[in-house]
Amino acid sequence: MSNVRVLVGTKKGAFVLKSDGKRQKWEVNGPFFAGWEMYHLKGSAADPNRLYASQSSGWFGQLIQRSNDGGKTWDAVDNKFVYDGVPGTHQWYDGTPHPWEFKRVWHVEPSLTDPDTVYAGVEDAALFRTTDGGKSWHEMAGLRGHGSGPKWSPGAGGLGLHTILLDSKNAGRMYIAISAAGAFRTDDAGTTWKPINQGLRSQYIPDPTAEVGHCVHRIAMHPSRPNVLFMQKHWDVMRTDDCGESWQEVSGNLPTDFGFPIDVHAHEPNTVYVVPIKSDSEHFPLDGKLQVYRSRSGGNEWEALTNGLPQRDCYVNVLREAMAVDKLDKCGIYFGTTGGQVYASSDAGDTWAPIVRDLPAVLSVEVQTLS
Amino acid sequence: MIRVELPYHLRNLANVGAEVQVDVSGEVTQRAVLDALEASYPVLRGTIRDHLTLQRRPFLRFFACEQDLSHDSPDTPLPESVARGKDPFMVVGAIAGG
Repeated sequence: MSNVRVLVGTKKGAFVLKSDGKRQKWEVNGPFFAGWEMYHLKGSAADPNRLYASQSSGWFGQLIQRSNDGGKTWDAVDNKFVYDGVPGTHQWYDGTPHPWEFKRVWHVEPSLTDPDTVYAGVEDAALFRTTDGGKSWHEMAGLRGHGSGPKWSPGAGGLGLHTILLDSKNAGRMYIAISAAGAFRTDDAGTTWKPINQGLRSQYIPDPTAEVGHCVHRIAMHPSRPNVLFMQKHWDVMRTDDCGESWQEVSGNLPTDFGFPIDVHAHEPNTVYVVPIKSDSEHFPLDGKLQVYRSRSGGNEWEALTNGLPQRDCYVNVLREAMAVDKLDKCGIYFGTTGGQVYASSDAGDTWAPIVRDLPAVLSVEVQTLS
Repeated sequence: MIRVELPYHLRNLANVGAEVQVDVSGEVTQRAVLDALEASYPVLRGTIRDHLTLQRRPFLRFFACEQDLSHDSPDTPLPESVARGKDPFMVVGAIAGG
């Protein structure tokens, strides 16, 4: 029988939640790295017991932790993230040039085939890679070398590279997204990159349809259909069917199209989940009702999923990394809140229940489906 | 032997108690003590000083003998009682909320 392992990063430590395939009873392990900000944890598809975690602190900087036993024990690996060459400048909030400075790792993305190869998305935005299990990290400099870097500017949370999507059908293709620069694609394994933001419209930049400058919050892809991407932008839910060459808005009947996470059902490539948030000024659900919205049509037509979620006096947020799906049948959907709850649905979103209610603010949720 | 007192999170990271002892050959300066500390506990590299510039991280301070040494040159000799192992060199997390 399959098991599920949920990796939860919070403002004050990491937690590992485990259940069997029924997903009714849960074991909560942690906190690991108590007191540290755990931006993201993720397991290797090639070796599920190999986990990587981003551990950081305003006092002590960045560490990367690695586990070889599914999260029971951890060891710190190399934490030296040095930009390639002279880092140069990006735009500051007021449009003035600001030096590129490493702050933290937002996202770790293990290779689909090699447990020792991992990509790391960092703030200030850049992509790093290790090919030796974290003993050393090197910038994939082609991304910042694309030439538009001086025009990138930080979102409210910083200039972070947060989304890394690997194409299982094309080893050379990868997508990344940066707040607030936009989405980029490489077709040659990271040597060269192109911005893929045509069709995005953002009123908060001088040219709303500029090549870069868009605050992309998250992109999701179904592994069977890597040419199709779904995006939660600052405002707007978007879809591309041509690897990002052009985007169309699919916000449809959403009550608000501001939000952070977006994900795709494990077995239905056209079933998409978002968590609408009131606005960029008020980062909480509309009317105090926490609602996941599901589209079974690849966007435009959305239904509210509320069964088991608080429908009054709820003013939490759900951050961009804090939603994930398992691969069981029925597909499990998971998300964490800034109020410390981790909610799970074992029936593709029809009903929900909290796994835990009182963790520190949840920064990230990832799920491993183990056999 | 130089005594070095570490803040809570760095103790946990290095899996040590509140105080560690390091050997320093030559003049006992901040740089020499931190070099020796990082050589003994590589996991602390980058957590007290920036990897490249070797500058103190902004939210940390260095105290010894009831003095704030945070802004001293890293090559200034530390107080004699630190060099003799009587008083610890203290790495302290600045109070900054949260």
